[in-house]
Amino acid sequence: MIRIEGLTKRFGRTTAVDGVSLEVPAGDSVALWGANGAGKTTLIRCVLGLLRYRGRIEVGGFDVRRRGKAARRLIGYVPQELGFYDDLGVAEAVRFFARLKGVGVGVGDVDAVLGGVGLAGHGRKRIRELSGGMKQRLALAVAMLGDPPVLVLDEVTASLDACGREEFVSLLTRLSGAGRTMLFASHRVDEVTTLARRVVVLERGRVAAEVPAAEFVGYLGLGTVLHLRIDATARERALSLLRTSGFAPRLNGVGLYVPVPAAQKAAPFRVLAEGRISVEDFEIIAGPAASEAGGGPGAGRMGDKEDRS
Amino acid sequence: MTALARVAPSVACCPAASRRLHACPVRNIAAVALRELREAARSRWFLLYTVAFAALGLGVSFISAASGGGSGLAGFGRTTAGLINLVLLVVPLMALTAGAGTVASDRERGMLAYLLAQPVTRLEVLLGKYLGLAAALLACICLGLGACAAILAWKGGGAGHLSILWLAGLSFALALGMLSVGMLVSVMARKASVAVGTAIFLWLTFVFVTDLGLMAGVLAMRLRIEELLALSLVNPLQVYKMWSLHAIDASLDVLGPAGLYAVEEYGSRLHLIFGAALAAWVVVPLVVAGVIFSRRSPL
Repeated sequence: MIRIEGLTKRFGRTTAVDGVSLEVPAGDSVALWGANGAGKTTLIRCVLGLLRYRGRIEVGGFDVRRRGKAARRLIGYVPQELGFYDDLGVAEAVRFFARLKGVGVGVGDVDAVLGGVGLAGHGRKRIRELSGGMKQRLALAVAMLGDPPVLVLDEVTASLDACGREEFVSLLTRLSGAGRTMLFASHRVDEVTTLARRVVVLERGRVAAEVPAAEFVGYLGLGTVLHLRIDATARERALSLLRTSGFAPRLNGVGLYVPVPAAQKAAPFRVLAEGRISVEDFEIIAGPAASEAGGGPGAGRMGDKEDRS
Repeated sequence: MTALARVAPSVACCPAASRRLHACPVRNIAAVALRELREAARSRWFLLYTVAFAALGLGVSFISAASGGGSGLAGFGRTTAGLINLVLLVVPLMALTAGAGTVASDRERGMLAYLLAQPVTRLEVLLGKYLGLAAALLACICLGLGACAAILAWKGGGAGHLSILWLAGLSFALALGMLSVGMLVSVMARKASVAVGTAIFLWLTFVFVTDLGLMAGVLAMRLRIEELLALSLVNPLQVYKMWSLHAIDASLDVLGPAGLYAVEEYGSRLHLIFGAALAAWVVVPLVVAGVIFSRRSPL
């Protein structure tokens, strides 16, 4: 569905994307992973035809350079930060973009579209009155107009809080599961492992690796560390119990750090529950933060911290 | 299940989501134009210009008509002169700043990239913006000059209606030319403030500097009369002034020797010459803007 051959994009003397070739078959979901400046957003902008580039990009068989409009008809795009016209009404915005996408919408359709992203009753508001999360939902509603076969997302959850992020990812999981092709950039391990089937790792504008999403955490060498808050009187016993069960916990000021394999995060809870020790609160730490907290080998290349407390 | 996740299927299965219409450039241009027109209607500056233009036009008409003692044609001559000068000041300023703000401010807000990520071409976006703003300017001109026509009709009968129509048409042509220049500035500027500042500088140049430059040229370089006329045709505001006077009074005596020379030398062909000069100011900057817009990054 998306074919990129020898894509190169330079900004002056800086090469943002350097000879990238990539194929995303129909129904596949590919995450672009890399540090800031690795070329993720530039690649996405080239796919959308926003930037001039060297090489060749096709979406659904349409050359983006020569038949950009036809290619973009197949794409629903959600940017990192939404640049809607602030003075536009929410329903008015949906109608405007529906017209551009060649989608017929009546009054009832607009209500259904807004209701579909949890914005029912907000149609009369001005866009400037919406929160960041609501704007992203509106952007998703607009992206889905016309039921495009391809979704292109550029760090869409970067501006959302933990709750909003979870909702958004949950929604995207459903959409990508419906045979839709997805190409997205993300800095979050959980998003990548949930939404993608394949991860393309970019370093300095080049493809450093292509990894199945299921092996991505292992590829990064990320450890996962649980930060468990346990009452002070039970901490020593918890430490002992966990050590007996094969974990390597260590104490900190208010609880324990427990390094665990990524797929066995529940195990320490089971051990503690069997020992009748209650966990007051917990946090899952991955990536560099996990390395600092005593996580797995190689931690610290890239990653994030999930705040579940 | 969260609210958003619960409604996800209805987004994908919404009837609107699958009812595609045929891709149509005209519809895209119209959609962008309509949005631009609405934004202009909501813009405080645009409303201020319109109200000021209408109020000053009314003032000019009323005073001219009243000082003429209600005698239709004489009063109308004074009114026309006043209105031409008013249009020369207000309409270019309005069109230049409106054009200059449109693309640059969208770029600054990140809206331009998002808009161009939709299934539209850059030409459609540029033309849509141009036509939307042109419609807003037309409404403003019609409102201002329409109010003047009403005053003239009340004071002096229907003698000047055709002239008012000429004036409105030529004012609109001038507005289109200035809008093209404004949009050229807009596609070149990175920031809206720079674009609007440049537009105001150009307005000052067109209104004041070229007049002074022509006078200085005549005195210092001893320009010949045909050279003076040719130089006047370079400034769209001069073209508008000459064409308005020629169309309404069929005489350019008021412009002195250059006006007399133009009428004697070119006669009825002057309409064609003035029309071509203004058309060039509409088309050339817009085409250049289109070429630059198609090549520049929207970011």
